[in-house]
Amino acid sequence: MRIYRIIPILALFIIAVTFDVNGQCKAFAKKVCFPELSPYLHDGNYHAAVLVEREEAELYKTFYSDMEYRVAICGEDKLPNIEFKVLDANKNVLYSNKDANYAKTWDFKLQSSQQLKLIVKVSSFNAPGDTPASGCVSIMFGFKMKK
Amino acid sequence: MNKKYGISSGILALALLFVGMLIGCSSGGSKATKDEAATVIPKDNTAVYEDIKQAEKIFNALPSPLESAMLIKSAGAKFDNALLNPVGNVSKYVTNKSMALNLGIYTCDLSFASMYEQTQLIIDCMSSAKKMADGLGILKAIEQSKIDELEENINNSEKIMEIVSETFMNSNSYLADNGQPAIAAMVLVGGWIEGLYISTNLVDMKNFNGNKLVSSIIDQKLSIDILFNLLNSSKGNPAVDELLVQMQQLKVVFDKIKITTSAVRPEVDKTTNTTMLKSEVKTDMTPEVFKELTRVVGEIRSSFIK
Repeated sequence: MRIYRIIPILALFIIAVTFDVNGQCKAFAKKVCFPELSPYLHDGNYHAAVLVEREEAELYKTFYSDMEYRVAICGEDKLPNIEFKVLDANKNVLYSNKDANYAKTWDFKLQSSQQLKLIVKVSSFNAPGDTPASGCVSIMFGFKMKK
Repeated sequence: MNKKYGISSGILALALLFVGMLIGCSSGGSKATKDEAATVIPKDNTAVYEDIKQAEKIFNALPSPLESAMLIKSAGAKFDNALLNPVGNVSKYVTNKSMALNLGIYTCDLSFASMYEQTQLIIDCMSSAKKMADGLGILKAIEQSKIDELEENINNSEKIMEIVSETFMNSNSYLADNGQPAIAAMVLVGGWIEGLYISTNLVDMKNFNGNKLVSSIIDQKLSIDILFNLLNSSKGNPAVDELLVQMQQLKVVFDKIKITTSAVRPEVDKTTNTTMLKSEVKTDMTPEVFKELTRVVGEIRSSFIK
């Protein structure tokens, strides 16, 4: 019977932890990633998640020829480098931040509007046997009218 | 004793069901495909890494209301107050679906008004958006202090757009972080349809060919599959299922528009450290297809604001 009393308490604890972690991601995105967008205007969309080492996330978005964009991809300090690649509809790699010393931001504009795919991957500390690091990763977009 | 045990079991079952639902909601939706907080990785386990890889997160990013409004402005379109959803309609929206759609719609209207420095409309649209957010239980998305800040900076369009961006992020991050991806998707769909509605109604048919606004409308075809992926991730939700039927009508029209793009060539401008993605595009939309698109968008939008 005692176990039945413990389960709901444990469940409530899990809920509290879940929402707390998610709330932390929002705070991280606002505090760390948002300033990286300046002087571009943040589009207002929110893309953030807890990722672990070697885990990937994908994002699909249409970018318009009338705008100039900055993408900012930030990971918490406890994570290894965050890699990101930008691909066109034919899966050609247009940009990889690995070639730019894992830069957090990339500025670009387009001659014609395109749907692009971003692949974000948490790299690894390369320490087999250790518990993989996990933390918030945020993807944010800033834009301004093309001059 | 048996009765007491029965009540305890019932409470326990309800508690477990509640927990299951909450965790299930958190793990569903357009981006999170597994329970983020409960990620526990045993040491040195390759198979677990494979599971993680399969459970990758996918974000389907529709243009935000702010981006939709800026596209209209950049196309050189004129402002038309009559195209916005009247603020007097707010009392009509009592369901989660109608409040979510109209949160997106009023945020788009707010962004549109901000671009054209329509001071009174900015305040009215912000108040309407706040009512929708409050109705959805989105805590602290749009606080009264933000409306006061808006009024204080009413002639500073840059500051106003920053406030719009911040409040919109507060709304969608709250929904994403609290396991409400269906509501979050509906907010985005409402904003996107409003942008499309305003755009299609601002096109001057006498200057159809070579019209920059028409090009911007054609570009929205590129977001159709993103829209479907976003909604499909909440398929089974009755409100989302209804939207999928309506969006299918829109897709039928967008499928009549042809877009052909050449290979993309990145070229870096080293002075500005900006990459230009070069490509040529050919598009084809007849005035008849445009009129059909305008009609279908208008019907969908009418159903959203009624």
